[in-house]
Amino acid sequence: MADIEDARVEDAGIDQAVDKLEPARIEAVIRRVLGAGCGARLKVYLQTCVHCGLCADACHTYLSRDRDPDFAPVAKVKETIWEMVKRQGRVSPEFIKKCARIAYTECGACRRCSMYCPFGIDIAYLIMLVRRICALLGVVPVYLQDTVNSHAATSNQMWVQPDDWIDTLIWQEEDAADELEGVRIPLDREGADIMYSVIAPEPKILAQLIANMAVIMKVAGVDWTMPSLDGWDNSNMAMYSGDFEVMGRVERLHWERALQLKVKRVVMGECGHAYRGAVYDGPKWLGWSKPPIPMVHAVEFYYELLREGRIKIARKIKEPVTVQDPCNIVRGRGLHHKLRYIINELCEDFRDVSPRFEHNYCCAAGGGVINCGPPWKLSRLKSNRVKAEQLAATDAHLVVTPCHNCHSGIEDIIGYYGLGMHVTFINELLVKCMDRGDGSGEVER
Amino acid sequence: MSGIDGWNWDAGERRVVELGVLSSFEQVHEFAVSPDGEKLAVPVVEEPGQVRVWQNGELWSEAVERAWSLRFLPDGRLVALVRVDDSWTVAVDGQRWEDEFEFAWNLKFSANGRSLAVQVKRGMKYGLVIDGRDWGAEFISMRDFALSPDGKRAAALVQVEQLAEADIFKFAEGVWSVAVDGQPWERRFINVYSPVFSPDGQHVAAEVRLDMFEYSIAEDGRPWDAVFGTSWAPCYRSNGKGIIAPVRTPEGWALVENGKPVWQGRYSQMWHQRLAPDGQRLAAVVSTAYGRWTVAVDDRPWPRTFSDVVLAPRFSPDGGRVVALARDQGSWLVVVNGQPWPGRFDMAWEPEFSPDGRHLAAKVERDGKFQVVIDGHPLPRSFDMLWSPRFSPQGDKLLVRAVEEGVYKRLVLGLEQLARA
Ligand code: SF4
Ligand code: SF4
Repeated sequence: MADIEDARVEDAGIDQAVDKLEPARIEAVIRRVLGAGCGARLKVYLQTCVHCGLCADACHTYLSRDRDPDFAPVAKVKETIWEMVKRQGRVSPEFIKKCARIAYTECGACRRCSMYCPFGIDIAYLIMLVRRICALLGVVPVYLQDTVNSHAATSNQMWVQPDDWIDTLIWQEEDAADELEGVRIPLDREGADIMYSVIAPEPKILAQLIANMAVIMKVAGVDWTMPSLDGWDNSNMAMYSGDFEVMGRVERLHWERALQLKVKRVVMGECGHAYRGAVYDGPKWLGWSKPPIPMVHAVEFYYELLREGRIKIARKIKEPVTVQDPCNIVRGRGLHHKLRYIINELCEDFRDVSPRFEHNYCCAAGGGVINCGPPWKLSRLKSNRVKAEQLAATDAHLVVTPCHNCHSGIEDIIGYYGLGMHVTFINELLVKCMDRGDGSGEVER
Repeated sequence: MSGIDGWNWDAGERRVVELGVLSSFEQVHEFAVSPDGEKLAVPVVEEPGQVRVWQNGELWSEAVERAWSLRFLPDGRLVALVRVDDSWTVAVDGQRWEDEFEFAWNLKFSANGRSLAVQVKRGMKYGLVIDGRDWGAEFISMRDFALSPDGKRAAALVQVEQLAEADIFKFAEGVWSVAVDGQPWERRFINVYSPVFSPDGQHVAAEVRLDMFEYSIAEDGRPWDAVFGTSWAPCYRSNGKGIIAPVRTPEGWALVENGKPVWQGRYSQMWHQRLAPDGQRLAAVVSTAYGRWTVAVDDRPWPRTFSDVVLAPRFSPDGGRVVALARDQGSWLVVVNGQPWPGRFDMAWEPEFSPDGRHLAAKVERDGKFQVVIDGHPLPRSFDMLWSPRFSPQGDKLLVRAVEEGVYKRLVLGLEQLARA
């Protein structure tokens, strides 16, 4: 039985759009989407599923909600796309409303379940199809749609004005220079080795992370730049709302900016979905089989700097630390060993989680779920009790979360379940621990 | 300064300025070099919050808090965005514009360099200033703008109505438009992108989003009848009559003119369409299959495709050749009429044709050093810094602007002499 509280959530983006839906339009949209090359793959999936239920135990929502069968991955598919196929698109507006709730708020497209399905059925892909249908019908949670609108209008996800962006970089450079002499954030430096790109919450609410990166770049002696014009934001919620046209436009501008600046590679901040958008979904929609120039996630970058000795550690964090494996860079890219290498370099008392690596649970915030905003917050928190239990078992004080969605999602879980922990980006630990070469590098063990 | 004809084209090499003296400054920022190669400039930090522009050993008389976006205009003037007493403005050859702004950014200039425009913010509103003249109009937001070919007019992407937080309904009604010389088009759109002026500067075309999943091209605010899944930046024919844009159709990406197909081919992707100087022939970057990129000229893709990316093509002045930079298997190639020059590079910059179209030269990077490649042959000398080479008006000489062993040098090379060597 679906959670009655979730079913009652009011969301103008869904409710008002559903009120205006005509069955004929629903049918036309579903037929268009299912007919456009995905019908065959879809039928194979649906015919292959033997209803064994092995995927159920993989899903944090199912585990967290007392194994309510409605939250099993296969149920999310059965309740949505399966019905659309069976009824050849002849479904009601109310049905679409339910689909939107399930697809946007009860599945984070984390792909954990497909690892446990004996046939490798890609539930997240099927859920993304549902989202595409909902998006084409205009039925998208209001806060998620607003984020997509921001991407469409400003090419960044938080309506950051063009001057605020540049001003923030200048201000962060000045702050960073107070900490370490000579730190710069070079703007539009054509021919630099690296373009550094971030997601809009950094200039908007976490600007210190940019200053930290400037300090890291200075200490490591990196030739880098940041773009002054749109294209600086590597995030992409349009990928998750199902508006692939906006997704493609945003990704293209990000890559065009890097190509204009003649950089050899792009290093991105600590974000998981942005990695997926910039490396997989965005390029794929645009026709690239891979990004046009290499994209390096912050975890790979820090690993490289530490391994090559370009950053040396002067002191280690003493308090117990654990980690969240962001789905898009761990299940999606296999960065879990590099992530642990970094944490062990920076922390004396690292307590790993169980399950871990690609088997770790999702934070329940990714996949656009946290962007569905306040109306769905309680649902999201109820959907990840299992994460709270997993983190509590480590007895750690700090949770390293190298992804913005994980960071916010885990912070919410810590608060809701009263875990008494704190979240941190690696970037924040690195500036505390590294030898800055300015005399502040006394080793303290 | 007179045009390119007036530059010193006497063959030879000259040490313009020694850069060692710059080590006396706390910081040295990004260099700029004049088109004629006579001047090199860079913002230097004397002490925190005290920045000057250094040019050939001389300092601008006034120190500012910050200076960035330093560049030489095609007419040789040196401009920068500067901050003084927490206000921003534009400085040209060391003279600040009288007007000051809360912020100023995104400098653009006309092809001849005589006209200069910048986006500004004042009183939390967004506007535009051309050659020191304020548009007078202010908007809730402005993302980007285009200048007319003569640089006298501008068209900007503007938000004309306030949106309450998360007001997705008003957004869907359309609050964006294109403002031309400060006057927004009557019609509003969900989004507007990539404005461009007609060659005579009288009309403006842009991508417009009519519905959440419907895009088209509008001229002077009137969209085409045809709508598409999405689109990319339009361009004008040189006679100003046709507007050409890549659009996404159910069969693939198509090139359309005034809403109707101009090429029959459908591609996995298409962008950066460019017209030949005759205004007839067309070249565009296309993806012929997933992960395979090349240039199509008049709807015929080059047989050779590349794995990573292909940059905007460029026709030779006589229209006979098309060149594009391509990245393939991790390194850069210069590709002329579908054939890569020998050699792979760590980076390559947009090549330049000689005015008669016979020669082609490009700046390239290999192992951290920079070289000039002419007609496929790299010059033996490599430099620590290099700016893209320029041909003389007769196409018989090449101007090389480079830094070698701490000295900024200006070299004029005779092509005949190079051919003999
Ligand atoms: S949230 Fe993850 S595990 Fe659960 S159904 Fe979606 S993709 Fe599968
Ligand atoms: S594990 Fe696979 S086959 Fe079994 S119920 Fe889930 S999706 Fe179907």
